Amino acid sequence: MSSSIFFDISAGAYIVAMIIYVAFLVVKNRTVGIIATTMTIFGFVMQSTALVMRWVTSFHFWASSNPESGYIESLLRAAPLRNLYESLIFFVWSLICIHLIIEFKYKNRSLGAFVTPIAALALLFIDVSGTAKEIQPLIPALQSNWLLFHVLLSFLGYAAFGVSFGAATAYIVTVTESKTEKTYIFWSIMIGIFLTILIAMGIDFLSLSVAERAELIRSHFLKATFRSESGGVVTASWIVSIAFTFAIWNFGIGLKKVLAGLSLTTEMLDDITYKSIAIGFPLFTIGGLIMGAIWANSAWGKYWTWDPKETWSLITWFVYALYLHARFVGGWRGKRVAILAIVGFIAVIFTYLGVNLVLSGLHAYGSG
Amino acid sequence: MGEKEKKDIFESTWKFFASVKLAIFLLIILATTSIVGTIVEQQAEPAKNLELLSKLFGDTAAPTVYNIFAKLGFMDMYGSWWFVGFLVLFSINLIICSIDRFPKTWRLINTPQRPLSENAIKSMPVRKEATFNAKLNTAKDEFLNTLKASKYHVLEATEDNSIQLYTQKGRYARLAVYVVHLSIVLIFIGALIGIRFGFKGYLNLPEGRSSDSAYLSPTEPIPLDFVIKCNWYDTKYYADSDTPREFQSEIVIIENGKEVMKKVIEVNDPLVYKGITFYQANYGMLSSTAAGQFILDITPNGGQQNTVRLPYGGSFEIPGTGIKGTIVDFSTALTRDRYTGELKTYSEMMVNPAIAINFEMPNGEKFTGWILKRYPDTGILPGGHKIKFVDNWGIEYTGLQVAKDPGIWFIYTASILMGLGLYICFFISHRKIWVNIANDKKSVRISIGGSTNRNRLTFEKEIDKLLSHAAKAIEGRAPQK
Ligand code: HEM
Repeated sequence: MSSSIFFDISAGAYIVAMIIYVAFLVVKNRTVGIIATTMTIFGFVMQSTALVMRWVTSFHFWASSNPESGYIESLLRAAPLRNLYESLIFFVWSLICIHLIIEFKYKNRSLGAFVTPIAALALLFIDVSGTAKEIQPLIPALQSNWLLFHVLLSFLGYAAFGVSFGAATAYIVTVTESKTEKTYIFWSIMIGIFLTILIAMGIDFLSLSVAERAELIRSHFLKATFRSESGGVVTASWIVSIAFTFAIWNFGIGLKKVLAGLSLTTEMLDDITYKSIAIGFPLFTIGGLIMGAIWANSAWGKYWTWDPKETWSLITWFVYALYLHARFVGGWRGKRVAILAIVGFIAVIFTYLGVNLVLSGLHAYGSG
Repeated sequence: MGEKEKKDIFESTWKFFASVKLAIFLLIILATTSIVGTIVEQQAEPAKNLELLSKLFGDTAAPTVYNIFAKLGFMDMYGSWWFVGFLVLFSINLIICSIDRFPKTWRLINTPQRPLSENAIKSMPVRKEATFNAKLNTAKDEFLNTLKASKYHVLEATEDNSIQLYTQKGRYARLAVYVVHLSIVLIFIGALIGIRFGFKGYLNLPEGRSSDSAYLSPTEPIPLDFVIKCNWYDTKYYADSDTPREFQSEIVIIENGKEVMKKVIEVNDPLVYKGITFYQANYGMLSSTAAGQFILDITPNGGQQNTVRLPYGGSFEIPGTGIKGTIVDFSTALTRDRYTGELKTYSEMMVNPAIAINFEMPNGEKFTGWILKRYPDTGILPGGHKIKFVDNWGIEYTGLQVAKDPGIWFIYTASILMGLGLYICFFISHRKIWVNIANDKKSVRISIGGSTNRNRLTFEKEIDKLLSHAAKAIEGRAPQK
């Protein structure tokens, strides 16, 4: 059986879990919370199965075309971290894994509503960007253990940063007192944009399934709305999304009231934000920057070339370094550092996808 | 200027460079300005960026914006005086700040821990209290055992009616931050050494040829003090496809006329000799096939296989058959056009090489056929004779990246230090614990106090565990007393 069916099941489970987690915030019913967690665990098991299956398939694929390659080498070369699709899947897997650990450690489910949307966004993106899902042969530059560990550790780091983003968002929502605060404007608009993109990708996804799926559809990202061929649709999308963001801004303060009734304390959210960054920062430094540089050096003899992908990783690193210093030695507290944690993850998303989508990528993933 | 004023100026300058505010400012500046260079293409032809700027600012404004950007150094931003200036400031900041704070940290590490009054313990950041029905020494032993079991090195202070156990762990973890900062400085040093004493060049070496220099640009050779030769270059493909699987060259180093090293290099597996590294970077076709050779395995039906190397236009005979062949054409990538059915070459690169051979049979009959390297079946002649197109040689060159970077050792060292430093910094904390055990009528009164420089919640759990372990042990011993 193909692994893709399990991937589809897990993606569905995560999206359903997201909806249930949000419902849990509103109704605060224990049973609803348990269902959300169960759904997430189910998705996680399905996804783990799919990852292993894909690994096995890749292994046979690699071993048959590289008969001189040993068992361990084949296993490493076949690790499902070889292109944009697989790395996104792995990102979601690690994000959910860390989320489940936190949920059990802190015995609190409320964070689910902030973390599962990140997973949903990534999963929808896979389907609507037209990222190739097939197992592809590995071109020579990508046949490197350094690259493998680079990708593995960076994505674990990104997942930790994703959790810190969720916790920091919950934090600033919780501490907001009134609609006139600048932070309120910041988070309500941010959530507005976030949800707009989520919904727009959902529309892409629905319109995609009626379009011809057999053919390789590349770059469907936001094609049904903002990047539509019809000018009317584009204008309408903008108007609707601005109205939507405005509505979130107008009614968003309600979210604060919803959160206020939960056992989420600001100290706990701050602690989760910091802990995830404390885990993510070393992983990202070692995996993202150092191993990336070593890989580049072993492949091309240049460890740093200031290409956009590298530079954006560095920017991300600067932002998190800023977070650590502002918080521990600069005396920054509360909202300001939470905003830094949020900005950090926006930089992560840009490093990860923006460079390929917006700036033409020179990086290997650019073709994905 | 008086001595005092000089001192003041020195002090305020020092303070400025030691401040974390400056670090925060520089991090913000570096992060935001770096963005520009990811949008404007670096070291590109002006036309490219003009086009980009027209998209962003409109056609009329673009040239003006371009000029302003060029003046600001945005077109080669990461090497511009101001960006480098910020990096220099950043490292000065880092160094001075670390020097400024180091003595205090060193003192924190080395000041011996002292016993505290019970009241001081009761007001520590992390604290716990309990009373047990036990003897003073019993309680002491059990706390001592529990602490020792968690690898604490415990000191004791005894007074008339009380005993205090005090201990600390992980104090050297406080140095980890300095290791991280030092590693950043080492990276800067490594980069500077690389720029000053290293080079990045290239060398395109045709199969069978050798060279005693690499090139920075076509007009700037860098002499090597040895000779490098390319025996052969080869691209391997995934079965029957045009997706490359491996780029390989066999490289030989020759010194004083002697072969001293030979290696097949691949992407991600370079050759290093005398501090100079040769990377498999690319490959290409020579403009002429004049020096090329085609290697064919010729096997008459039922006969012995023999190998020939032929130039373009060269002829051979299939032994014992009287069939003659002449190479009359060559294609780097042969395919049949999907619509017209005609044969054509679809790539300039050696993707799917083929040779056309004109055969002359003993009876004078002539015909021409294509033999493809990828499909050996194309070389089976009527009559069962086989011509296998094994390889071609002397038509391609291997593209080598040639780099010398003595600074790389600093980078590697710094990487290891940074990894270790970050790990220790985030996951090992400096914890201090005081346990005061005092006689209180018939029972003992325990006060535990502790402090940690990070991971407070984890530490609180540790203290809880300490108390509950010791409590279990004390209560377990209670009946025997
Ligand atoms: C991007 C470069 C830098 C990195 C990666 C870095 C890394 C770190 C890390 C990981 C910590 C520990 C933070 C924590 O306690 O959670 C730290 C602390 C610190 N950093 Fe940096 N740092 C950088 C640049 C700087 C600069 C330029 C300064 C200059 C003022 C500085 C000053 C400090 C100080 C004063 C501390 C606190 C040390 C202490 O706890 O005693 N850092 N740094």
